[in-house]
Amino acid sequence: MQQSSPATWDTVIRPQEAWWKPDLREFWHYRDLLKLLVLRDLTSQYKQTILGPLWLVLQPLLTTLTYTVMFGIVARLAPKGIPPMLFYLSGIVPWTCFAGVVNKTSKTFVTNAAVLTKVYFPRLIMPVSTTISSLATFLIQLGLLVVIIGLYALFGGFHWTPSSNLIFLPAVILLMALLGLGAGILVSALTTKYRDLGFLVSFGVQLLMFASPVIIPLEKVAQHATMFTVLKLNPMTPVITATRAMFFGGEMDWHGLAYATCFAVVLCTVGLGIFQRVERSFADVV
Amino acid sequence: MERTLVIQAEGVRKRYRLGQMGGATLGEDLNVWWAKMRGKPNPLIPIGQENDSQRVGTDFWALRDVSFEVEKGEILGIIGKNGAGKSTLLKLLSRITLPTEGVIRMKGRVSSLLEVGTGFNPELSGRDNIYLNGAILGMKSAEIDRKLEDIIAFSGIEHHIDSPVKRYSSGMKVRLGFAVAAHLEPEILIIDEVLAVGDAEFQRKCLGKMKDVAQSGRTILFVSHNMSAVHSLCTRVIWLHNGAVRMDGETDDVVRAYLNTYSEFSDEKTWSADAAPGTPELKLTRMAVERSNKDAPITWADPFRIAIGFRNIGIDDGDLNFGIHVYNGEDILAFASSWREWSTDTPPIPRGDRTVWCDVPGELLNSNDYRVVLNCFRQGKLLFRVEDTVAFEIHDTKREGVWYGKKKGVFRPRLKWGSA
Repeated sequence: MQQSSPATWDTVIRPQEAWWKPDLREFWHYRDLLKLLVLRDLTSQYKQTILGPLWLVLQPLLTTLTYTVMFGIVARLAPKGIPPMLFYLSGIVPWTCFAGVVNKTSKTFVTNAAVLTKVYFPRLIMPVSTTISSLATFLIQLGLLVVIIGLYALFGGFHWTPSSNLIFLPAVILLMALLGLGAGILVSALTTKYRDLGFLVSFGVQLLMFASPVIIPLEKVAQHATMFTVLKLNPMTPVITATRAMFFGGEMDWHGLAYATCFAVVLCTVGLGIFQRVERSFADVV
Repeated sequence: MERTLVIQAEGVRKRYRLGQMGGATLGEDLNVWWAKMRGKPNPLIPIGQENDSQRVGTDFWALRDVSFEVEKGEILGIIGKNGAGKSTLLKLLSRITLPTEGVIRMKGRVSSLLEVGTGFNPELSGRDNIYLNGAILGMKSAEIDRKLEDIIAFSGIEHHIDSPVKRYSSGMKVRLGFAVAAHLEPEILIIDEVLAVGDAEFQRKCLGKMKDVAQSGRTILFVSHNMSAVHSLCTRVIWLHNGAVRMDGETDDVVRAYLNTYSEFSDEKTWSADAAPGTPELKLTRMAVERSNKDAPITWADPFRIAIGFRNIGIDDGDLNFGIHVYNGEDILAFASSWREWSTDTPPIPRGDRTVWCDVPGELLNSNDYRVVLNCFRQGKLLFRVEDTVAFEIHDTKREGVWYGKKKGVFRPRLKWGSA
């Protein structure tokens, strides 16, 4: 028998691979797949709809309109100083992105079971591509926010002075993406064992929105201690308040952002660890 | 000659948990409990576990100590019954699941055609799906750019390449999927039963492509139930049985041994004096399908003999005749024939143990299962009939040409064709 030195083998399949060592080299090898999956997400989403990509803009606008009427005009929950429309849109846009990432990535294993039990590629490609395509949508909607702000400034008599804190926008977006991705892959890994979790997620994310300042500004909750604590514990709270602070001025909540960053790092580490364990045993469970 | 190993599997074992003693998690436990409360069977026990020898307690060992090596340029066939571990082995080799014990080492890019066309997006066009499918299988975009025209031409669906895949027929999807996979140029190609699909023309293309791949020094693992395809394509065959390698060697030897083991037909029957069918004067004692090599399966080209052994106890005029009806697997009467109809030498049969036989030429009956019904006549009248005599199978292992699907028709005689 010819003895081969370990270096000559390209692939070595062993019972368990170290879960804390994601194979980044392999991930990089499949970068074209990542690119194509992102494009697929973006192009196939609105096929066979009359309005097509217009929905990207219409969806947050309609939601904003609803919230403005319900919570801003009827319930008078919107803060003074900025038009309620802008207040709600600036909360809805990042929240929709976060919720979309969590909801979609949490279904990674369930929706792609057919492919995942037949072909091998680094599974992490799937949730990462979902996150990136959601971010692309987010950027378009952020553009919408800027356009609406511009319209208010031109015709609505709204005095808009961009804050210098806007330079932190990319960092905040990254933080939001990591929170969504971390939560998503954690749930996706767990749903392979507990399918019920899948149903719980969309409900939970919706519930979490009410524990965030999307609808009610943080100041209005300040006197209610329990509610205030709940909002403070939600790592998406600093993301949304920071987004508003960057666009409409105001103090950046640096403590909150630091907390959210720690939260994201822990979530992603734990999520990645469990995800990597599950991706190897997944084919045996389904 | 220098040997270059491209696959080395050492002591590979794979366990699936059956979990009837309780689940690994709370979730499984709750599941079992809930099923029990509704009076349903335990949902954790897989359906259709046949090979009991593979079950040890609550564990199911799909693979029990499999070791083998594959050299560069080999076309290795993997055969075995359903549940023998073929699919599990393929899943391990294509990295979809991990072994419980053991190591597999591989050299070069590995591609598997476990199921062609997986990952197609129904909304996207055929062209977009070529890119997507190629990328899932590990190709770079630049690589697909270069091969795009070839892939489209190979698939034979140029006209519909820009229509969404959801409007494709299932045949078109398979062709597109295979076309992508065929252009992967992997060092190791794993193929599982893809020849079962497509028309003759497409099969010809696929096999041609496989042979090209093999000739360019790359390695193919070919898993199939189709012995004629295995026989003509593979240079070496591994036979898996109950999760272990039962035989590993030359294609001819392994295929022959495999076919022999799984031939369920009793091609010889003998009856004891009291159980023998017949009348008090005439008893059938033995029926057999005989051929030159008793241990070899009958292939299409082989002649064989149907022998009828009987004992004449009380018929003195000896005016007896024997006829056979041969039915194929679809229960179509392939032919009927009798002794006195064709034999030039048909003396009266004296008392005692006698044998009458019928020689069936090779290259006549199509590959199929067959059973023989015996009719015994005296003075032109039916004396008795035995429905349940011998059965045999004609195998199709050597074939020229490229069509590996099942040939139609009862007969497949060698005919002379010409043209003018």
